[in-house]
Amino acid sequence: MDTAVATRADNLRATLWRPLTGASRAYIAALALTFLLGAWGLACWGYQIFRGIGVAGIRRPTMWGFYLVNFVFWIGISHAGTLISAILRLTDAGWRKPVTRIAEAITVFALMIGAMFPIIHLGRPLVFFWLIPYPNSRLLWPNFRSPLLWDLTAIVTYLSGSIIYLYLPMIPDLAELAQHSTGWRERFYRLLSIGWTGSDRQWHALERAMHRMAGMILAVAVSVHTVVAWDFAMAVAPLWHSTIFGPYFVAGAIFSGIAALLVVLSIIRRLLHLEAYVLPVHFDNLGKLLFLMSLLWFYFTVAENLTTWYGNSPAEMNVFGSRVRGPFAPYFWVMICCNFVLPFLLLSSRRMRTIRNVTIAAFTVLIGMWLERYLIILPTLSYPRLAAATGFYEPTWVEISITASTFAAMVMFYLIFCKLFPAIAVWEYKNGSHR
Amino acid sequence: MAIDLDRCTGCEACVAACHAENNLPLSDPAEAEKGRAFHWIRVDRYYEGEFPDIRVKHIPVLCQQCEDAPCEPVCPTYATYHNSEGLNVQIYNRCIGTRYCGNNCPYSVRFFNWFAPEWPQPLELQHNPDVSIRPGGVMEKCTFCIQRIQRAKRDAKADGRAVADGEVQPACVQSCPAEAITFGDLNDPESKVSSLAASGRATRLLEDLGTKPKVFYLQRAK
Repeated sequence: MDTAVATRADNLRATLWRPLTGASRAYIAALALTFLLGAWGLACWGYQIFRGIGVAGIRRPTMWGFYLVNFVFWIGISHAGTLISAILRLTDAGWRKPVTRIAEAITVFALMIGAMFPIIHLGRPLVFFWLIPYPNSRLLWPNFRSPLLWDLTAIVTYLSGSIIYLYLPMIPDLAELAQHSTGWRERFYRLLSIGWTGSDRQWHALERAMHRMAGMILAVAVSVHTVVAWDFAMAVAPLWHSTIFGPYFVAGAIFSGIAALLVVLSIIRRLLHLEAYVLPVHFDNLGKLLFLMSLLWFYFTVAENLTTWYGNSPAEMNVFGSRVRGPFAPYFWVMICCNFVLPFLLLSSRRMRTIRNVTIAAFTVLIGMWLERYLIILPTLSYPRLAAATGFYEPTWVEISITASTFAAMVMFYLIFCKLFPAIAVWEYKNGSHR
Repeated sequence: MAIDLDRCTGCEACVAACHAENNLPLSDPAEAEKGRAFHWIRVDRYYEGEFPDIRVKHIPVLCQQCEDAPCEPVCPTYATYHNSEGLNVQIYNRCIGTRYCGNNCPYSVRFFNWFAPEWPQPLELQHNPDVSIRPGGVMEKCTFCIQRIQRAKRDAKADGRAVADGEVQPACVQSCPAEAITFGDLNDPESKVSSLAASGRATRLLEDLGTKPKVFYLQRAK
């Protein structure tokens, strides 16, 4: 019996730790490419700081553009992890094991990227810290009535919370890795495992901590995207000033989060050869979840647009019209296809929910959700209440470069993460069978 | 402030005067095309009726100095706030450029310095020394020529008297050839602007939003 357990553990380590050592040529190439793209984005940002925010396409009246679209998008993606993994952990869903850490890592990286955008978009980014409440020579606290300050508070809380939440379940693995490694890796894992010996007391403490963090992070995740929604909903601008925005944004965030998780999951499964762990059942279950969120998203979209159309108030109808038949219509209908029609076709029947189809649906949802963020921000700003001020936004190469570089940065962070930490928690498998 | 729309001819002298008085940054044609020109006061044109039976309506739009200004609560650094006289003022040094105020202004009268402003030689020699030059990355807007208000108050204090009605004239008021714009103290019920605001001809822009603007537009009641 003992030997059987030992062999199983060896097998687990052999598969799940294999990606940690060595680096193929393709890996190095991918890392170099994503690094270069990321560095290009940073260079563009440097140019923007040096020349002025005017190198971006934003203007009057559309004073927010791609940067804020990306901000909302990435904060939405960040709901992949923490929220989904917290729900699965709290409901004790047995199939969660290979999914949670992959999801939690997405959260941390997406938040790191998303939280950069409000700073990138500032007119004077070098004094962004004036948003932070600290005793200062200006003898002035920041304005706590401003939704932007709520935003800062929520995101900093969420980022620190999700880093802890990613880290806690990793501790037993780190201790085990330290045992089996040499050189700098041993020192690195030993340091991070903060004296984990695997005693009963430690296990109890860890489990209690994980459970409490899961509960808390759930509340924080919901509040974060609600606050992001309120950045818009608190304004008097037509179609922003809406009570539906909080839940609408949270639903959209979970929707895009699951989609991001599915895309990453299917790539990692292929590249790290985790076919024995990430099974069709995971894609089937997450596919169902994605389908549910797609329906919920569609319900919110119908609710928002139908009430606007029926209400027929002139300022709102300007924006509404530009979305369904005006200059923004192509984006709108592509969004409907990406977020509802295609996922509906690909996910509604068991027969169709193959790994390939679920991944395709998840990918289109990512495109659709990015467009959704664009369609929330730009049409409203393009049609202000005084018609004479109407104006349209066009992104410049700087904004497009920085946007592209953040996607590269996401891939780069993930490449590095997979080299340093096992993508799937080994200890969770040792504690019990998942089948 | 009260603006008589029946007198306004749309000549835009107010726009030019405001530029000179307040050191407004210049924009090249390409930037202006992108909607980045600075006009603290602008003249919006609206057309009523069908050609050839058409009427053009000119509406000079400037910061409405709202009593309940939507731009104020959203600023995270108190760069825009209400001063003790009821003016909505902008403190350039505090502004970090989130541009939330600009998005939340229903009148679209806030202007952002996309770049640090530059004046070709020798135009920088004509700067008004009473008005600060704004750095790049901050928001700016009409101040009701606060520098002139301050000067009038200083002068009045030196003479030991109160500021007289009509003593302060913002650049737009001073330059209006049709004398369409009246400026004064709305807190003083005897002032000319108060009586105009109380007249049946007074309306306010987007009044139903509840922003309580302090600019009154006078026009024939239909």
